[in-house]
Amino acid sequence: MSYARDVGALARKDLLLELRARDTLPAMLLFVAAVFVVFHFALPGTPSRLETSGLLWVAILFTALLGLGRAFVPEREQRTFDGLVLAPCDRSAIWLAKSLATLAFLVAAEVVALPLYALFFHRVGGATVAAVLLADLGICGVGTFLGAMAVATRARDLLLPLLFLPLAMPIVVGAVGASVVDSPGRYLGFLALYDLLFAVVCWASFEYVVAE
Amino acid sequence: MLTARRLGKRYGEKRVLRKIDLDLPRGGFLVVTGPNGSGKTTLLRICAGLSQPTEGTIERGAARAQVGYLGHEPLVYRELTALENLELYGRLYRVPERRERIGMLLERFGLWEVRHQRVVSYSRGMTQRLALCRVLLHDPELLVLDEPYSALDEAGAELLDAQLAELRGEGTFLVSTHDPARVQPLASGSLALVS
Amino acid sequence: MLVTTALALVFFVAPNDASLGFAQRIFYFHVSIAFTAYACFAGGAWNALRHLWKRDPRADLESYVCVHQGLIFGTLVLVTGSIWAKIAWGRWWIWSEDELVLFLVLYLFYCAYFMLRYSVEPGPQRANLSAVYALFGVVLIPVSFAAIRLAKAYFHPEVFTLHGPNFGGWILVTYCVAQAAMLVLAYTLYRLELGAKRLDVRLRRLREALA
Repeated sequence: MSYARDVGALARKDLLLELRARDTLPAMLLFVAAVFVVFHFALPGTPSRLETSGLLWVAILFTALLGLGRAFVPEREQRTFDGLVLAPCDRSAIWLAKSLATLAFLVAAEVVALPLYALFFHRVGGATVAAVLLADLGICGVGTFLGAMAVATRARDLLLPLLFLPLAMPIVVGAVGASVVDSPGRYLGFLALYDLLFAVVCWASFEYVVAE
Repeated sequence: MLTARRLGKRYGEKRVLRKIDLDLPRGGFLVVTGPNGSGKTTLLRICAGLSQPTEGTIERGAARAQVGYLGHEPLVYRELTALENLELYGRLYRVPERRERIGMLLERFGLWEVRHQRVVSYSRGMTQRLALCRVLLHDPELLVLDEPYSALDEAGAELLDAQLAELRGEGTFLVSTHDPARVQPLASGSLALVS
Repeated sequence: MLVTTALALVFFVAPNDASLGFAQRIFYFHVSIAFTAYACFAGGAWNALRHLWKRDPRADLESYVCVHQGLIFGTLVLVTGSIWAKIAWGRWWIWSEDELVLFLVLYLFYCAYFMLRYSVEPGPQRANLSAVYALFGVVLIPVSFAAIRLAKAYFHPEVFTLHGPNFGGWILVTYCVAQAAMLVLAYTLYRLELGAKRLDVRLRRLREALA
């Protein structure tokens, strides 16, 4: 299908750009490690597994925000958004490709972050890993979409966290719930539902974000 | 191919275009002139489909896939090589025989030797030549060129002259320039904007 | 006038709630204001849809004013909710009250709407971005509500909750009047602001045409 090919071409471009620039992924890795250290000093007493689970998600969310803020930088700084908008491909392909590329970076960062978390704090269970993957889908989908919106504004980097955090709240609930509760099925299902619902909304409305 | 009536564009408080009428028949070559700030770029962006007018109407007889636009920015990724940039656009525009066409264009514009170097290492003239490759890659029917000569060195300008002359019979052109004399032999009409 | 009637009813006619007494009356306002705020946000999304779908040139402004009203009423929801919590439990904020938390999230969301709007030049792009964001808002409302309820399962169960009185007789009537009053108030403010904004736009266009 030509749509898939468009997404593939665009995603390849995004991955290539990051591999060349080599700034976002290392920054995310350093950031997440630093945040864990801050958590250690910020929590008096010995935190329980319950408490540190929540912190894991705070770390993931803000590390993701770091990466998301950089997502459309090449398009913004070099005005190449025009080039993509002129192309005959479906505009939603731009969003999907960028989301997939951001997802790749986020997962790469988590491959380091989760073992680090297990080392510093507590072991990570299977449900948490599942929650991480599902939450990542939502974070990247919605976050990339909002990143494209923020790029069009004056405030840019200031605006993305403001737009993103209220929408990320259900993700946090689903993810933390799945991490701490005995039967995580409900929470994982909720995350999947969130991902699906917002993916559809993003996919359908990206056209209006980029085209004037 | 292109018809605009009472076209107007406003950015917030600022009025950039006011009541422009434009007629570009298929196969025509329209030259747009005017001082800086008269709205040439805005007009060309609207004609290419990048921008919507705030007043008036515009009818475009070409689909997105058939329009080639050259703006002030070259619209290429600096961290990618020339080849990678053209591969991307080639895929997005579904250019048939992509590799051959890319090779042909790079050679024609003298960029074949540097095709594996990142665009960030190019001179301004070379980047503009790459932008021209990008514009011509998908063989567009409607070519909208915003001051194409401005970033070119003399060699590049001559290449462009030759290219335009060669394509003159096949396409429709909307070109803005500070040097109308250069394209005068090809022109079928002109439009002068006032600020 | 309707508002005065509502005020009168609430303060004089409705019977005193058994446990909380006179102060309970704020409930009438709190719930009716909350409902009105939801209606405003829904109206904002509806207008946003009209803007994106039908390309109605007036829809953007109407959407914006709806959201603005929603935010004003949302502020009142949070304030009245907080007062109610103080009266009922002696604390200014209660996390276990679902609706209040939902409004907090929505409040942050729609405040960001304004930051978004003021960060873009007026024009078709600003209208598009605002409209899309307003649509995200309405999708967020049920999703957030579900999330808040799900979250209760892993929080310490708090005993604090705010109860409304059992509906019956005068209480129902008072509530309906208050609700109607709030909706009418919202609508009036909406028309006022819409009119003022439209006048603004027209003045600006005139000034420009003369320039």
